[in-house]
Amino acid sequence: MDIITSKVATSADSDNVTSILEGCPADSAAAGRANVCESCPGRELCLSQGSLDPDQPAIDLRMNAIKHKILVVSGKGGVGKSSMAAALSNGLSTKGKKVGLLDLDICGPSQAQLMGVDGEAVMNTEWGWKPVVSPHTGVKVISVASLLASGEDSLAFRGPRKTALIKRFVKDVFWGRLDYLIIDTPPGTSDEHLTVVKILQNTKPDGAIIVTTPQSVALATVRKEIDFCSKMRVNIIGIVENMSAFACPCCGEVSEIFSSGGGERLAEEFGLAFLGRIPIDPSIAEHGEEGSNLVAASANTTGSQALLKTCDNVIRIIEG
Amino acid sequence: MADVPDNAPEHCPGTSSEAAGKAPSCEGCPNQNVCASGAAAAPDPDVELVRERMASVRHKLLVLSGKGGVGKSTVAAHLARALADGRDDRQVALLDVDVCGPSAPRILGVEGEQVHQSGSGWSPVYVTDNLSVMSVGFLLARADDAVIWRGPKKNGIIKQFLRDVDWGEVDFLVVDTPPGTSDEHISLVQYLRGSEVDGAVVVTTPQEVALLDVRKEINFCRKVALPIIGVVENMSRFVCPKCETESQIFPPTTGGAAKMCADMGVPFLGALPLDPRIGRCCDEGKSFLTEAPDSPATAAYMQIVDKILSYCKSK
Repeated sequence: MDIITSKVATSADSDNVTSILEGCPADSAAAGRANVCESCPGRELCLSQGSLDPDQPAIDLRMNAIKHKILVVSGKGGVGKSSMAAALSNGLSTKGKKVGLLDLDICGPSQAQLMGVDGEAVMNTEWGWKPVVSPHTGVKVISVASLLASGEDSLAFRGPRKTALIKRFVKDVFWGRLDYLIIDTPPGTSDEHLTVVKILQNTKPDGAIIVTTPQSVALATVRKEIDFCSKMRVNIIGIVENMSAFACPCCGEVSEIFSSGGGERLAEEFGLAFLGRIPIDPSIAEHGEEGSNLVAASANTTGSQALLKTCDNVIRIIEG
Repeated sequence: MADVPDNAPEHCPGTSSEAAGKAPSCEGCPNQNVCASGAAAAPDPDVELVRERMASVRHKLLVLSGKGGVGKSTVAAHLARALADGRDDRQVALLDVDVCGPSAPRILGVEGEQVHQSGSGWSPVYVTDNLSVMSVGFLLARADDAVIWRGPKKNGIIKQFLRDVDWGEVDFLVVDTPPGTSDEHISLVQYLRGSEVDGAVVVTTPQEVALLDVRKEINFCRKVALPIIGVVENMSRFVCPKCETESQIFPPTTGGAAKMCADMGVPFLGALPLDPRIGRCCDEGKSFLTEAPDSPATAAYMQIVDKILSYCKSK
């Protein structure tokens, strides 16, 4: 798999340093076994994770009780994945669905704050860890924030420890029977993403919603996310363009702070569904600060309307 | 920071502790023999090689956040430009260790350039005569290729960047990092252990959802004894170009970065307002500081750079 080829022009008598850059088979059956793996520091991990996982049956049991599993991804940080995941969870719940929200961001877990469950602790029961329940919409939430004694503690976990924790979130949490499990992911295409795709492989997630902002610097990273989904054979439900434009509340002048139209053009380029365009609406951030439901019936802002429309588009695609 | 392997039992003393392999809790641990032999605690020889390479770099600054999308790469690139512009007597370098989302080549307008290698190491790409940059972005066969690497492999490339890039004599090395407190950050701190790092510039946006992550980042810095130069609050406010009404798109409901800094006892370096031209310049690989010299954001950037320079001079 040719992920990186050497673009380093070498002189005749120099070391060949391209070995670390040659195609890394971490995400394939050859993980840890290819020639290039011999000197790789991650080899042991790949060898152990490449083989049959004894936890898989327990994971499959939990996940088979959930009808639809949706990943919310980006690649790029700060585009609004967590806000979108929270809005989607609340929107689905408001329509009568049983919903769970799993926050896979171990270093920067936002969902406890966004869903109004900050400070509440996850309880351990005989059936597993019981998720905390959002007071506004009844969405079940699991976030590492609900497991930490102090909100200011940093969890400086290397990859393998994050992987182990994510497996526990899927294997040991008593989600029960749900219509939807929304999975919020951190930025990047690394341990967390590889792990969740691998452990869900038998129970077929519906796919991924990709969130982006319009500008090229974000789109460049989001293209890699599309490549990730393609390589990992994850279906892409569609693309959401967030922070589209800002309308001044005073004079109505529209400013394209983060450029415009890029998300829709990207969807067209790759033949993907364009799920919606969310404007920059300070009320979205305000709801996030309060942990309140930004798609509640009473919320009548441009942002909440756009989010609700996006939720409707997602449901239409998933449920037909 | 004690290194506790993932397959270690409870109450593992840490592989670098004196009790490694010898404590009662070590019984039955698969790593017990390795720890008891002292091999796990042996210094990594590459740390010494990194120290030698970093000896020609006078000041090293890490740009961190914890939260994604707050503008680390934008701030790191413009910090590097501000230090280099008009100062031919200064040599500045930018190291982008974001393996999954390497933005530096685009923001600095050198996307598609090639890295060259010689007997003395990898040559970085030169943006101008006195500003160079290194990023995984230059090593990708295709720009759209995802780099799907687990932690250990990311650590490997970061070590190579620190050990093998021939920066030459550099006055300022700015290191742009990905969001979080994970492999990249732990590795950076470990490999730079022998080389004196001036400190970290922490970037945030004003709202509590961002500050939640940034407080963790500050605590991470404290845990690993990385000095904090200060905090920059980005996307502070937006001024409508038509009617000049100020809007707070990311509301500082808990007092923003200034209050967080006061509470945590870290310096507040300044606030950067939103200017649509910043995003456009990053997309086009231009310097916002030269394209929009009259913007309030440019003035704010220069004030922050002055504070960082004073800090470095005092070290």
